[in-house]
Amino acid sequence: MSLTKPIYFDNAATTKCDPRVVEAMLPFFTEVYGNPGSRNHSFGWVAEDGVETARRQVADLIGADRKEVIFTSGATESNNLAIKGAASMYAKHPAGSGKCRGHIITAQHEHKAVLDPCKRLQKDGFDVTYLEPRADGLITAEMVEAAMRDDTILVTIMWANNEIGTINEIPEIGKLCHDRGAIFHTDGTQWVGKMPTNVTEDNVDLLSMSAHKLYGPKGVGALYVRRRRPRVRLTAIQEGGGQERGMRSGTLNVTGIVGLGKACELAGTEMDAEGKRLQALRDKLEQGITAGLSDVQVNGHAEKRLPHISNISYGFVEGESMMMACKDIAMSSGSACTSASLEPSYVLKALGVGDDLAHSSLRMSLGRFSTEEEVDFAVAQVIKSVNKLRELSPLFDMHNEGIDISKIEWAAH
Amino acid sequence: MAYSDKVVDHYENPRNVGSFGTQKEIKERADIGVGLVGAPECGDVMQLQIKVGEDGKIEDAKFKCFGCGSAIASSSLATEWLKGKSLDDGEAIRNTEIVEELSLPPVKIHCSVLAEDAIKAAIDDYRHKNGLEHDHDHDHDHDHAEAAH
Repeated sequence: MSLTKPIYFDNAATTKCDPRVVEAMLPFFTEVYGNPGSRNHSFGWVAEDGVETARRQVADLIGADRKEVIFTSGATESNNLAIKGAASMYAKHPAGSGKCRGHIITAQHEHKAVLDPCKRLQKDGFDVTYLEPRADGLITAEMVEAAMRDDTILVTIMWANNEIGTINEIPEIGKLCHDRGAIFHTDGTQWVGKMPTNVTEDNVDLLSMSAHKLYGPKGVGALYVRRRRPRVRLTAIQEGGGQERGMRSGTLNVTGIVGLGKACELAGTEMDAEGKRLQALRDKLEQGITAGLSDVQVNGHAEKRLPHISNISYGFVEGESMMMACKDIAMSSGSACTSASLEPSYVLKALGVGDDLAHSSLRMSLGRFSTEEEVDFAVAQVIKSVNKLRELSPLFDMHNEGIDISKIEWAAH
Repeated sequence: MAYSDKVVDHYENPRNVGSFGTQKEIKERADIGVGLVGAPECGDVMQLQIKVGEDGKIEDAKFKCFGCGSAIASSSLATEWLKGKSLDDGEAIRNTEIVEELSLPPVKIHCSVLAEDAIKAAIDDYRHKNGLEHDHDHDHDHDHAEAAH
């Protein structure tokens, strides 16, 4: 197979839409264009059929009932609806009462789409605990239990981290929440469609997901909302025509929803084989890089990690210059949402990775369309680039001369 | 972010990379001034070394840089500009000239500031080693613009 450059190793940022997904969507632009909310003619009915098929496909992928699936514009909206909607519904005291309205537990290395709603809730009178992950990136049930209070109403812990791929103890945290009467939300954006999911066995009450991370289109996602044991209720954020059982008003994005459904169906049938293939490629990538370079560190737990994400720190080399050197590889320093800023990754900082190494860390994420040739190419280009930049690096010189860089008094600027 | 052609050129073919010896050797050489500025946790460190001839002119300059493409280009350009200049002329190089020459965008202005700081630090180091310090009022201000850290 020939290699087309640049190669795309940023599948945790977004994925290419699977051609089979596009094909499923196409009729819904020009042929089945009715509004599923139109109950009195066939245009509406067939559009509704398309939406309901997709709802079943999503539900099947996560072991839910289709009535428990709410369509949204993506995982950011799902997270906002889940967190703000649950906090508002289960608040112990009304807004402006001056009393603590309830306690929420989350983690420092969550996505901004979880952290910022939590910060908003703090301003609105809720208490929030931000758990510090272990050095290997994990949040355990034990850590959540230690933070639990009598007034804890909501726990929101991501299933797998977007920057390092580490997997948190979701079923155990969910069980704990059920025992303690707290609602449990998990941001499954990176997890769903990649790993087997069963909301009942995994004790999840609210699950956010996004289509474009699993080879579906951008701008559509879903929120799973548990209906039994416990029945979870949410206060709507967006109000209007009362679609999606009143939880999310607005005309449904039929084409996007059909695409999400098809993407879920494909993920369900291909997940096992794809996961094994990607893990083999990822291992090859990491082994090649760590064998070819000194002073590199793979971030996050070695095993409890998604099969397709690799985050590596390259000592004495700055991340942005690395991306410039590896111009034939599309990858990411930090997450795509924040890599416009010059700040090092807050996720790696939460893990206790030093500021210097956090500046020198890059994420490569493989996907359905990644090939072994691409991995071989990437290994070679990364090694070449790091060697070139270390030639330029005063820090690498000092390291080789036995100078401890952390002991130098750097003039902060 | 798209880099200017000049940044890419300096990045791909950096001028005058290297040093005149190990840190220890350099410290003992009176003809060499070293400027080491920045910090690893801020994502850029520049090391600029100047070799001053008997005529008091900068005979040679070398750099090493841990930083983004613009930081590498700024320090590479600084070495080019320093060669052949007197200490006073070298000291007169302004970060704004570097910004202009490399067409640096606002978010990269701090790279040029760092290069100016490295030049000054190297010249100061040389003067200090040779007892040539004179009271130069810092009558000019950096164009720090949006280079907030």
